[in-house]
Amino acid sequence: MTRIFAFIAFLIAPLAAQAEVKIQEVTSPGGITAWLVEEPSIPFTALEISFRGGASLDAPGKRGAINLMTGLLEEGAADLDARGFAKAVEALAASFSYDVGDDSLTVSARFLSENRDAAVALLRTSVLEPSFDQDALDRVRDQVLSGLRSDATNPNEIARKTFDAQIYGDHPYGSPREGSLESVAALTRDDMFAAHRAIFAKDRVFVGAAGDITPEALGLLLDTLLGGLPETGAPMPPQITPEFDGGLRVVDFETPQSVAIFGQRGIQQDDPDFFAARILNQVLGAGGFESRLMTEVREKRGLTYGVSSFILPLDLAASYQGQVASANDRIGEAIAVIKDEWAKAADVGISAEELDAAKTYITGAYPLRFDGNGRIAGILVGMQMLGLPIDYIPTRNDKVNAVTLEDVNRVARDLLDPAQLSFVVVGQPEGVETTVSQ
Amino acid sequence: MTPVRYVLMCLSLMIPGTALSAKEAVTTFTLDNGMDVVVVEDHRAPVVQHMVWYRAGSADEPAGVSGVAHFLEHLLFKATETLEAGELSATVSANGGRDNAFTSYDYTAYFQRVAADRLELMMQMEADRMRSIRLTESDITTERKVIIEERNQRTENNPRGIFSEQMSAIQYYNRGYGVPIIGWRHEMEELDMEDVLAFYDRFYFPNNAILVVSGDVYPDEVRVLAERYYGTIPGNPDLTARARPQEPPQTAARRITYADPRVAQPYVSRSYLAPERDPGAQETAAALTLLAEILGGGTTSYLTSKLQFESQTAVYAGAFYRGVSLDDTTFGMVVVPGPGVTLEEAETALDDALRQFMVDGVDPEQLDRIKMQLRASQIYARDNVDGIASRYGRALTSGLTVEDVQAWPDILQAVTADEIMAAARDVLRMETSVTGYLTSDAEVSQ
Repeated sequence: MTRIFAFIAFLIAPLAAQAEVKIQEVTSPGGITAWLVEEPSIPFTALEISFRGGASLDAPGKRGAINLMTGLLEEGAADLDARGFAKAVEALAASFSYDVGDDSLTVSARFLSENRDAAVALLRTSVLEPSFDQDALDRVRDQVLSGLRSDATNPNEIARKTFDAQIYGDHPYGSPREGSLESVAALTRDDMFAAHRAIFAKDRVFVGAAGDITPEALGLLLDTLLGGLPETGAPMPPQITPEFDGGLRVVDFETPQSVAIFGQRGIQQDDPDFFAARILNQVLGAGGFESRLMTEVREKRGLTYGVSSFILPLDLAASYQGQVASANDRIGEAIAVIKDEWAKAADVGISAEELDAAKTYITGAYPLRFDGNGRIAGILVGMQMLGLPIDYIPTRNDKVNAVTLEDVNRVARDLLDPAQLSFVVVGQPEGVETTVSQ
Repeated sequence: MTPVRYVLMCLSLMIPGTALSAKEAVTTFTLDNGMDVVVVEDHRAPVVQHMVWYRAGSADEPAGVSGVAHFLEHLLFKATETLEAGELSATVSANGGRDNAFTSYDYTAYFQRVAADRLELMMQMEADRMRSIRLTESDITTERKVIIEERNQRTENNPRGIFSEQMSAIQYYNRGYGVPIIGWRHEMEELDMEDVLAFYDRFYFPNNAILVVSGDVYPDEVRVLAERYYGTIPGNPDLTARARPQEPPQTAARRITYADPRVAQPYVSRSYLAPERDPGAQETAAALTLLAEILGGGTTSYLTSKLQFESQTAVYAGAFYRGVSLDDTTFGMVVVPGPGVTLEEAETALDDALRQFMVDGVDPEQLDRIKMQLRASQIYARDNVDGIASRYGRALTSGLTVEDVQAWPDILQAVTADEIMAAARDVLRMETSVTGYLTSDAEVSQ
């Protein structure tokens, strides 16, 4: 029943650091696959289960249904009501969390070895037999609505919502996954069952486990936990090419510090140039004090506490985005500096020294990720969802190191496009005005 | 508590040798110059976290220069005698690691997380900036703009940030925790080189610091490296105990209302002055820790049951207590009213629930579940040795000893329902409370 695919140790050059991550592929008697890192030194297991599609599987007119349904999974299942379920989890000292994003719904669990079977039985009810009781639905709905009202006056949330609507339009990515005050108010108990059917299916599930569990025990656990899932769920939404018109949109909001999001088209993780783009972004604006954006906007000019850029490869759209916040009278200068740096990177590219520093950072930071059972279980799921091979880990840094300066600078020329770099600014920025008609 | 004693206790009780608790691989010792060292081993991955914690936070600032502890923290990333500005972080990055720092009321801490064989380089750089920063006037003026933007981001742009700042200011009459860590804006704008260096030259010494190393390291190797890099720095012979002004007894309930048009979801906040964990005397704090869980620790808690399940008064209710603190701390509660419920009604419901709790007492099954979770948390904690390391750093900069940290789990398990109710009666008294309304509506009545 268990196939052990690989025994993997990976070496990171030029660091001497070595991490040994032995990933086994486990297939349950019922045919469900999981990746496992067995780590018996601490008597608990971390389990991560992701369902592809996430909040983007909301049916038309039902925006927020998957999010609300996710919030209800721990609010009563099988013969337990919300408080009964919570008491049962507490009595086992287990921890279950249910989270939904644009591309996946994730159940993260950790449980002690001493009561694993009971914990898994309880977890199973929340995934397969949630009650969606009307009183729980109303209670959690009020919490979601409260959050939505707060978002409506939070400059960061206003910026995100405005930016996403601009670039993704009517696609699910173009609106908050929590839904709107109107759409959430209209959701019914039937909508919860429909949302549950849309996403909980075997054709989109990915499982990672790390900790004190054998492949045999994990195989049995998989069938107990997920064997009752239907084979198929809702179809995935279509791919979308986000639109960047190079404009700047100001959303007037009375607050002392303006918040800006900016972006342009991006690159997918399966693109052969992805690591070249990743290195480019490390130099241009990825976290840390050394990026060009941090150096120019914060260190030299003191215009912000934080500025960053990030490649955002969602399942159905790729973009390259960034964010900054500066006082209303200084955001204009911060934006001008960011535009200059964007153009400079596109025109001149990066230096050999910057390439080397970015490579040593990216390759050196990689083994530091594998620090704890929960983190490892999450990484195992992420690798599977990206379609990476089970022996990917020891090859990954070689791919980074193989990128040349010519590669990065070619990607900088082709990818970075100052003319389409689009901004949304929320606040009362001085000397900054909308430059496109809305 | 006796503020003069705890620093001395902290140092004298940290005798060399292994203090291995039942499950956490923790070793502690003290260097000849007075620097305390804590090592937490985990050999599963070749990663190390190196931290230096200073017993100096915003509550140690002189009057009039609020924010200087945090400002100094930023400036420690500028040049030193041997490092250029930004070189430390750049070196950490070039080695694949990450670094940062944080400031709180009672401590300032610096850390790097990096491959285990880079520990020596981290120590060399961290030891370097302990005593040899070389600041320029331009560092001061530029970085001061950065901390003002940080204040904008954390506080001015966030009505909840402004509100909690006001709650603390009225809770603590005697400076200390009543002053925001980031500083009052008008004082931040005036911070200068002299203010910064005065703070640095008073507190940044090995005998006022704790080295905490966690991950794939052995105590013997840490000791050799620590003696080489930190052990050669003389301690500050003039270091005095942190005898900060103590709170006067509170004899009248205090109230505030903060109205801000950016508030979309009003709420009521309640806080009570409360004792903290003191060295050798953590029992009351343990009872309060359990009380916070019982009252507002989640779905099964008392306030959540009363205010979210048995009535729809609240969309959220919670209780909070943080016992790790050098001086008096607070026990807090928040109620976010449900649709159609006013802040006054939410407050009344909170007080009714608290009165009823005094009658009902502790549910023994709930107490058992909480204790079970606390026992399990010791198992889960071993998956995150950096978390264990930070727990020691916070405790040792807040007046506690290694022995206190290691005794804490057993003290929590020993707390009885009677002790919890006694702590509740002592602490949850209206005359020692602050009640705050955060609202969008200036018209709201009190």
